[in-house]
Amino acid sequence: MSILIAILTLGGLTFLLALMLVIANRKLYVYEDPRIDEVEDMLPHANCGACGYPGCRPFAEALVSGDVLPGKCTVSSEEGREAIAHYLGVSVGAEEKIVARLACAGGTNVAKNRAQYEGLGTCRAASLISGGGKGCFWGCLGHGDCEVVCDFDAITMNQHSLPVVDEALCTACGDCVEVCPKDLFSLQPVNHRLWVACKNLEAGDGVLEDCEVACTACAKCAMDAPGNLITMMHNLPVVDYSENHQTQVPIQRCPTGAIVWLDESGEVVKGKESKKIVRKGERRIGYT
Amino acid sequence: MKIKWPGNSITGTLASFKHGVHPNESKELTDHRQIERMPFSDHFILHLSQHTGVPSIPVVKEGQKVRRGELIAKPGGFVSVGLHTPVDGTVTAIDLFDHPKGQMSPAIKIKTDPFSPQISRQPPVPSPEQLPLNTFIELVQRAGIVGMGGAAFPSHVKFSVPEGKECKVMMLNGCECEPYLTCDHRVMVEYSQELLDGTSILQHFIGAEAIYIAIEANKPDAIHILDQACQVSELPIEVVPLKVKYPQGAEKMMISAILGDEIPAGKLPLDVGTMVSNVGTIVALSQYFRKSLPLVERVITVSGTAVRRPSNLLVPIGTSMREVVDYCGGLTDELARILLGGPMMGVVQKSLEVPVLKGTSGILALSHDEVSDFDTYTCIRCGRCLDACPLFLNPARLGLLARKSLWDEMEDNHVLDCFECAACSFVCPSGIPLVQSFRVGKAMVREKKARMASEKG
Repeated sequence: MSILIAILTLGGLTFLLALMLVIANRKLYVYEDPRIDEVEDMLPHANCGACGYPGCRPFAEALVSGDVLPGKCTVSSEEGREAIAHYLGVSVGAEEKIVARLACAGGTNVAKNRAQYEGLGTCRAASLISGGGKGCFWGCLGHGDCEVVCDFDAITMNQHSLPVVDEALCTACGDCVEVCPKDLFSLQPVNHRLWVACKNLEAGDGVLEDCEVACTACAKCAMDAPGNLITMMHNLPVVDYSENHQTQVPIQRCPTGAIVWLDESGEVVKGKESKKIVRKGERRIGYT
Repeated sequence: MKIKWPGNSITGTLASFKHGVHPNESKELTDHRQIERMPFSDHFILHLSQHTGVPSIPVVKEGQKVRRGELIAKPGGFVSVGLHTPVDGTVTAIDLFDHPKGQMSPAIKIKTDPFSPQISRQPPVPSPEQLPLNTFIELVQRAGIVGMGGAAFPSHVKFSVPEGKECKVMMLNGCECEPYLTCDHRVMVEYSQELLDGTSILQHFIGAEAIYIAIEANKPDAIHILDQACQVSELPIEVVPLKVKYPQGAEKMMISAILGDEIPAGKLPLDVGTMVSNVGTIVALSQYFRKSLPLVERVITVSGTAVRRPSNLLVPIGTSMREVVDYCGGLTDELARILLGGPMMGVVQKSLEVPVLKGTSGILALSHDEVSDFDTYTCIRCGRCLDACPLFLNPARLGLLARKSLWDEMEDNHVLDCFECAACSFVCPSGIPLVQSFRVGKAMVREKKARMASEKG
């Protein structure tokens, strides 16, 4: 008898609770598009934020609601973006590829250190002590904070302690822009191939003592450039990318090679009259 | 008050704060040397950002003739001060020049007229006793007076007591706890009358109940001279000898030593009713109101065993460090490192082609015997840094967090309260660059806060 009471009590309780769950499921149900999960699975799960959304899930929601096109995700491969576009029945959205560019070419073979820095091996720490050991205040310190912060292994330090950005791997997430204490990185559309690789605000040949590839503000590039493509501002050429900038004319007479053409193969093309750099080793303190 | 010197400073009968370290003082190189006046050099480079806050704005043009003590840059805002030329001469350039902080920053270059006089021919400044408070504050700002202790914080900001707050105790900081530096020591010995005069000017406006001159017990001559001067003074002024310990001269430590009050985190001395000024600042105040000479020169210590003739110099602001060092006989081959400021908080320099600023308290040329480079090992959790930190922070934990780039956690562990006295790095047996990593951490936290503020507004 007692076993019967127990079965009935618990059975009734189960039934009641199940009823509550059923009602809750019906009344409180929130419809969520099942495509969001599908699309999220197709995304690279990098959560890098390069698309402008806080992570991959919010981006997937925006994709499904049609606010944005898959091309905005710079981390996905070409096939991945096409797969999402095909799944959602939208166009890929020809997003212009954006990459991080470094506005400095002063590796250890051309730029002089005025002091040997010893201490915490990060650019941040070095820049807080009298601006780092480098002769040029604006130049890359070469301790590789950007290489460490890059989640996609797109930045590697070359043999002259200068970061090199792999355009294919760079997703333009902007971490390197944020971490660089000298503000040398900026995000640029990949077709901006005419590039001023210097931030030195000084004028005259005196700057060459600190760095052989620094801009001396001679303004030859601004004179040679068609139209108003290049203007001189604060002793540096500024390229107006709203003009037609697919020309190599301005770089040709640059005496130092501060304004360069970044080739699609990753080669840096310097002008014909630019001084050739042959030194492979380090440019030492006091050595000119 | 009875002076306890030469009593038993070791056993701790003198007032002091808790924690702290005892670095080798090395003050014997210069503490007996009288202040010499350094002759004018050919060129002066006067940076527009000499002080904490907004840079000054130039009011002269290239080619313009200027006279000693003339205003060449006006304050750029409230937290900013005027800038004056130390010599008669011509403005030759307003351009970018090397700044001791490492960057190139705008500065005014002046070519010295060979017949430049030492006295100021500026119109006399009205007697401060007849001035209303706001005119006094304005004049202090115009005179370019900043804190001479090292941070170079504009003095008029400190002197303008906000509504609802009251300054009950005024303290004159003559501790000079940094090893090697003796500039404040010599100022107290040789400018004691100007110091008391400047104090009476400031007291006229502040009206503090008590004034203390805090001096570390390793300066018996300064304590003696000022004590005698205080006894005949009408001011409620008293000399307080303090225990020789680093960082006794930090204002928070000084207040806790003299009054036993602790300033809460993120608060200022005025929140506990005190005001702390460096003795050099007070002397500059007196010189402006009595001799109408704005802040155009300051006393600096040139010391270290790698400089041939260690000295205390009265240097016109804007003199190149190279000239200052050459005036002291130049450097020896033993030179290992050049520091601006004291060895604990000073900044290493990569070049001597930078000018003296208003906040420069010393130039140290250290030889290889005085410098030691450590290899960095892992933290062995000995806890010496916890016993050293005068603010009772946990440097070991902060150092680990900095190594992992956990800036938010560093903020939670109060890294922003750290004033970078370097006591923790000094005692660390593993040679961990603790203070340097805190500087990075503080910069990162501040940057993040600024970014969030700009995103909000």
